[in-house]
Amino acid sequence: MSPYKDRLLFNGETARLDQVPVTDMTDFRETVLMTTEGGGRLLSLFGVPAANAKTVRLYAVLSAADSGGYALLATDVVDQYPALTPECAQANLFEREIAEQWGVVPEGHPWLKPVRYHRAYRGKTDAWGRRAADPIEPCVTNYFNVEGEEVHEVAVGPVHAGIIEPGHFRFQCNGENVMHLEISLGYQHRGIERALSGGPNARTVHFMETLAGDTTVGHTIAYCQAVESLAGCGVSVRAEEMRGVALELERLANHTGDLGALAGDVGYLPTASFCGRLRGDWLNMTALACGSRFGRGWVRPGGMGVDLDPVRCEEMIERSEKVFRDVKGAVELLWDTPSVMARFEETGTLTPALSESLGLVGLAARACGVRRDVRFEYPSGIFRFFNMPVATWHTGDVFARAYVRWEEVNHSVAFIRERLSSLSEGPARRELGPLAPNAVTVSLVEGWRGEICHTVITDSEGRIAAYKIVDPSFHNWLGLAMALRNQQISDFPLCNKSFNLSYCGHDL
Amino acid sequence: MTLFPIINFLLALVSAPLLLGVINKTKALFAGRRGQPVLQAYSDLWKLLHKGAVYSRTTTWVFRAGPVVGLACVLVAAALTPFGGAPALMGFSGDLLLLVYLFGVMRFFTVLAALDTGSAFEGMGASREVQFSALAEPAFLLGLAAVAHVTGSFSLSTMFPALDATDWSQAGPALLLVAAALFIVFLAENSRIPVDDPDTHLELTMIHEVMVLDHGGPDFAFILYGAALKLWVLGALLSGILLPVRTGFGVIDSAIAWAALVALAAAVGVVESSMARLRLLRVPRLLVGAVLLSGLAFVLLLR
Repeated sequence: MSPYKDRLLFNGETARLDQVPVTDMTDFRETVLMTTEGGGRLLSLFGVPAANAKTVRLYAVLSAADSGGYALLATDVVDQYPALTPECAQANLFEREIAEQWGVVPEGHPWLKPVRYHRAYRGKTDAWGRRAADPIEPCVTNYFNVEGEEVHEVAVGPVHAGIIEPGHFRFQCNGENVMHLEISLGYQHRGIERALSGGPNARTVHFMETLAGDTTVGHTIAYCQAVESLAGCGVSVRAEEMRGVALELERLANHTGDLGALAGDVGYLPTASFCGRLRGDWLNMTALACGSRFGRGWVRPGGMGVDLDPVRCEEMIERSEKVFRDVKGAVELLWDTPSVMARFEETGTLTPALSESLGLVGLAARACGVRRDVRFEYPSGIFRFFNMPVATWHTGDVFARAYVRWEEVNHSVAFIRERLSSLSEGPARRELGPLAPNAVTVSLVEGWRGEICHTVITDSEGRIAAYKIVDPSFHNWLGLAMALRNQQISDFPLCNKSFNLSYCGHDL
Repeated sequence: MTLFPIINFLLALVSAPLLLGVINKTKALFAGRRGQPVLQAYSDLWKLLHKGAVYSRTTTWVFRAGPVVGLACVLVAAALTPFGGAPALMGFSGDLLLLVYLFGVMRFFTVLAALDTGSAFEGMGASREVQFSALAEPAFLLGLAAVAHVTGSFSLSTMFPALDATDWSQAGPALLLVAAALFIVFLAENSRIPVDDPDTHLELTMIHEVMVLDHGGPDFAFILYGAALKLWVLGALLSGILLPVRTGFGVIDSAIAWAALVALAAAVGVVESSMARLRLLRVPRLLVGAVLLSGLAFVLLLR
């Protein structure tokens, strides 16, 4: 019997903090392990220090398979606890994060390394016994090492040849063959979560919009959903429809850009050059709607910062048809070109079982045939009323990740057209009242990469006491590392692009 | 008549970077872009020649010798290459072997310079380059040997001018096989798609470009110019086989050969615009295919 069955919460539902069951470590572990072994997921796992900072309360956001909701569970730890990771791979990065932030050691964690290379938020020494005066240098740490005569190590980054974000990659290779890839990030750590406590204030929404620049709309909707739930503020259907449009436009721009970049990585020029331009066309549609190509200023707590008028709706529908026609022409070339398919197929393959055990989300999971989509599993906003088909493909390779993108482009275009041609009447924005004190809410949004999970806990005065953000990249980076096993090192850029994960979304 | 070898050699020196411009322009056309100017390569060379060079402290004289030796080799190769029905600037019996191995020496020094940096990327690039050229070399050599057999001469300067339409009518299939093999060698040796991608910036996938990552300024200008000349030399040989037009007027023959080179560059642009790069594992198969093609041509001629 699981202790949370009768307390199942839904996406964007607020609970009183004292309703969250606080159990001892044994029960906590058992529940987490039971849920994940049964095909459930660990959406989030994080620590919140007690007022005296002596103990840290660990919160787990758990979702049993096909339950449509989630449960919150908490336990108190002091300096160490038996790690979950050996039995539940999904907890890996979460436990490393907890160790780094709060100096709590998950004992028996097989690969306990820092995540973002910052000082512990609590205590005199951190989980690795380093004192406040000891220097912490980014990514200077132990790496998994393969030894042997013919083995060589290739280190890539943090400075890359293209205009991309910084990250460090270590390959253990035998000739061209990659035996192991270890990814080390943290260069983009800005301390966003900590900067949010005490809010919401005028800066909060801007933190959300710049948290991961290419997922501006996704993260901002997640934030708005959370504070609206905490404030008990209902959003008009019109605003929810526009949010849906904004979210899908973001998906379209990124998917189109990625399909072009995938073509570019195999040196296939036609699709690469056309998709580069077409991505801009989608972004310009967002700009037409709200004045910002990335949708900044569009989504606001209580609704939408900018309303749409019928003239602009018309123009957006018109443009979407034209752009979609071009995207179709450019992308379908990929599937018809044998030399491209030879590169895409059977490159960077992940199995559904691995995807499930690592807790992959978003299109990386869907490309393994796993029906993992917040819009389907935990619908909120407009997706409660309009069903988005879940695009999956079963091969788990680069082709699958490309093809799922293409399927989603089709679905998103249809969705946008439908919404824009029949926007409901209503206010674009409603006033957001004060947040409920001592409450907690979990807000999930299917960003273009995958599941975005924001957990907000308020204090006794209704201010943000703890804000936990989980970007889809946080789950998926390990998926990329695993996809590279026994691949050619020359295929890394292609595999990397097929995931196209966020560095700053991970580093926060 | 004696002026033509000198004029052709000078023409090669001056117009080699233009071929890169033609390739890029063709690719831009296919992509619906305006593209960089046709003369961009000249501006790049000019810019690089006016820069200083930065040398890593771990490198030795080998690193600095790489670009110089490479350029010297390719200059000699250009002097050995006949063009448009005229003999080359210099030639002797057996110079086709020298031509093949001049490229070998050029590669050897580029690889040494790459290894000298101690960088993992450059090591990988060097290993790939050596592996692939070990397969491209026999295809090249066998192809030239087949042409030598057709014309009964063992010097580039006499065999290429001797090629004409009657050879095509008598040994057409063999020459076509040689041309096909040499086209693959041409793409591989000049690091073009489907073997290498000259436009990529991704160190992990590059072959030739990654070996020269650490070179800058005039050294890099030498490398770029050397690569352009190499494109010219191999292109001149290939178009010399494919289009042995002999009008009897040296000027017209040269002009036709030059047009053929430009067309070849455009063809490279078309190939690059219409297919993706091969997976690195599959590249040897393509090159072995080229060896088989020129081998087959040779066997056909021995019959």
